[in-house]
Amino acid sequence: MSPNGVEYGYNSKIEGEVVVSKLDAVINWVRKHSIWPMPMGLACCAIELMGTAGSRFDISRFGMEVMRFSPRQADCMIVAGTVTYKMAPIVRRIYDQMAGPKWVIAMGACASTGGMYRSYATMQGVDRIVPVDVYVSGCPPRPEALIDALMKLQNKIGNERSARGLLKRDQAHA
Amino acid sequence: MTKAVKEISLGDVGARAADYDEELLGDKVSLSMGPSHPATHGVLRLQLELDGDIVTKCMPVIGYLHRGDEKIAENMTYNQFVPYTDRLDYLAPLANNVAYAIAVERLANLKIPPRCEAIRVICCELARISSHLLGLGVYAMDTGALTVFMYTFTQREKLYSLFEELTGARFTTSYTRIGGVARDVPEGWLGRVNQFVNSLLPVVDEIDTLLTRNKIFLERTEGIAAISREDAIAYGLTGPNLRASGVDVDLRKDTPYSGYEQYDFEVPIGTHGDCYDRYLVRMEELRQSTRIVRQAIDKMPEGPFYAEDAKKIFAPRKDKILTSMEELIQNFMIVTEGPQMPAGEVYFEAENPKGALGFFIVSKGGGVPYRLKIRAPSFCSLCILDKIAPGHLMSDIPVILGSLDFVMGECDR
Amino acid sequence: MEEIKKQLQERFPAVESRDSVDWPAFNVPEERLLEVCRYLRDDLDYAMLVDVTAVDWSDVIPRFSVIYHLFSVSRSAYLRLAVNCADAGAPSMVSVCSIWPAANWHEREVYDMFGIQFKNHPDMRRILMWDDYPYFPLRKEFPLAGIETELPPEDTEVREATDAHVIAAPMMGGPFHATPGEPMSRAEPRAADQSWTEKNPKPLD
Repeated sequence: MSPNGVEYGYNSKIEGEVVVSKLDAVINWVRKHSIWPMPMGLACCAIELMGTAGSRFDISRFGMEVMRFSPRQADCMIVAGTVTYKMAPIVRRIYDQMAGPKWVIAMGACASTGGMYRSYATMQGVDRIVPVDVYVSGCPPRPEALIDALMKLQNKIGNERSARGLLKRDQAHA
Repeated sequence: MTKAVKEISLGDVGARAADYDEELLGDKVSLSMGPSHPATHGVLRLQLELDGDIVTKCMPVIGYLHRGDEKIAENMTYNQFVPYTDRLDYLAPLANNVAYAIAVERLANLKIPPRCEAIRVICCELARISSHLLGLGVYAMDTGALTVFMYTFTQREKLYSLFEELTGARFTTSYTRIGGVARDVPEGWLGRVNQFVNSLLPVVDEIDTLLTRNKIFLERTEGIAAISREDAIAYGLTGPNLRASGVDVDLRKDTPYSGYEQYDFEVPIGTHGDCYDRYLVRMEELRQSTRIVRQAIDKMPEGPFYAEDAKKIFAPRKDKILTSMEELIQNFMIVTEGPQMPAGEVYFEAENPKGALGFFIVSKGGGVPYRLKIRAPSFCSLCILDKIAPGHLMSDIPVILGSLDFVMGECDR
Repeated sequence: MEEIKKQLQERFPAVESRDSVDWPAFNVPEERLLEVCRYLRDDLDYAMLVDVTAVDWSDVIPRFSVIYHLFSVSRSAYLRLAVNCADAGAPSMVSVCSIWPAANWHEREVYDMFGIQFKNHPDMRRILMWDDYPYFPLRKEFPLAGIETELPPEDTEVREATDAHVIAAPMMGGPFHATPGEPMSRAEPRAADQSWTEKNPKPLD
């Protein structure tokens, strides 16, 4: 209660147990705090990914410790390591198997651009086969960098227009 | 409203399943496991043929991480290739660095000062500890014991802090140069290594109590995938996998390099060559490695950390580059043209945590290798799979893979 | 080491010594390879085949040599054998799989990288690259950046969805060094952008 007798904010006695908000905000709030990653561990970066999940860096502070090796149960594919041409179709197929909404983090120089492996066998950047939301630099990135990427991803999800097209059944949701 | 209750009897499920057994026998199922599977430790793919739950055929498919390291090596100078060796066996990069550096130094017939050799020995053994810790943690996870993984990862993080202090990176270290190491050890680092080694032993004992006499662990590993002495040699296994089969080969003892002959340590040998023996050998190697590290710290000689007489190979000190014309030119030549090597062929194998990592270098002179072949121990460990896996249960496959302790980065190169 | 050389050359006069910095090395003619290997394994105790590889000597004749490294457990010593492939156009070599099962994968790798066919090999397929890959990457004429070709064909949907295929890797700013005798200008990273992708394709010359 402010001095001039006008009441601001939420009062459950008057409005009941109801909060009015934008649907976007609610959906995004739910989504961004429970991103279940799918660790696409391909090479060296996978070791740092394991380190991020370990006790010192503790990825579970962000609701992301639930590593799912099944793409059906995951929201965010962390491509950790060099994507070779032989592996590329498989990465894409696993991405296709993930249920939407889904995001991709390209972890490390190799996944982002091919990195130091400028050679006949290495795909120069995983963004040629899957859409990437966050790129992380480093070879390999430190766990802090990966955590920062996850926070960037949370920010990005927070700004998405999630409610658009949600009520139209026939419109496929990205 | 009345409810009708009907009792459902399941009867003897086992007997009913046994009735179907005859019909099921003989139907082979083929199963593709990987290349993205949590139990294959990387991008290994196994094409399995199953009869019920029993594996009848196991064909590993590799190459999903083939990045063309050998072709890259032909296109760059000897020092430029050091970072690529980090990423071969990315669980023990320091040991790879050392193996590669020694191979090139053998080609140049370069004598390395004792301090550099001792630093390299510490690096190798810490890398071995780090690799075995991860290997054991993941292996235990494959048998269902998750706790060990947490224990070993805590220790690995401590090791990473030490590596970071020494080299500037957590695990892509690129620490060695041809003819020396990148920089001397930081002040007080040896003391901290000693501290770490002391604190590691109780943890190893704890892992010991968690696993070694654990009934579940024993049931899952004892007698599984036994490799006979003859097979181990014929298939070219190396390292702990070979020693678990009872072959007394440790290159640190047999063809000593980097001054390993000065240190007193024992080589654990298995008797049956099964998954359990491979576990035991690695556990004992952890302890022996701490012994070597301690001795190397105690004996750490004074002196330069790089070969001073290697004029056309090791870049001069920074302060000299900035003050002396001759050293400036020397540095310029080494950076642009690479360390100048004589022509010749050299093959060197080092006892790495996963086995013998070999480098075969063909030089025609100059700063670029004409051909560089990497002999990867994991490559050889995997080729025995189609021999040992058949006859085991499908659920034994992760255990067998865990016990072989391979890394795909090195297998596919 | 001298005694091994003596024993081997007494038994097989066709075996010549080969220049080597470290371990004893021998040139073996292809037709005697299996005999020599069997003798080394059974009588001289070189029981372990640690490595098989090949070297492409580019314009020298014979062009390809297959190199074997053996290890003796009792002696703790290595030995190198080099065998030249007779034909540079369709190189081939006898397989030593019957002597050492370890040779299986090593020989497949040599075939994959150099295109050397191994006679009597139980499973002569590519191992590191995919089966339909048309080139042999470690031959000297093959560029490090690679050559444009198709992705592994097993997954047509994926290819249709992404239109991705193998593109030569960009070499600008890449590994550079001056080989002695070459002008320094050729060593410098080129400024031209070569990072071709599906969206930014390489312009036709």
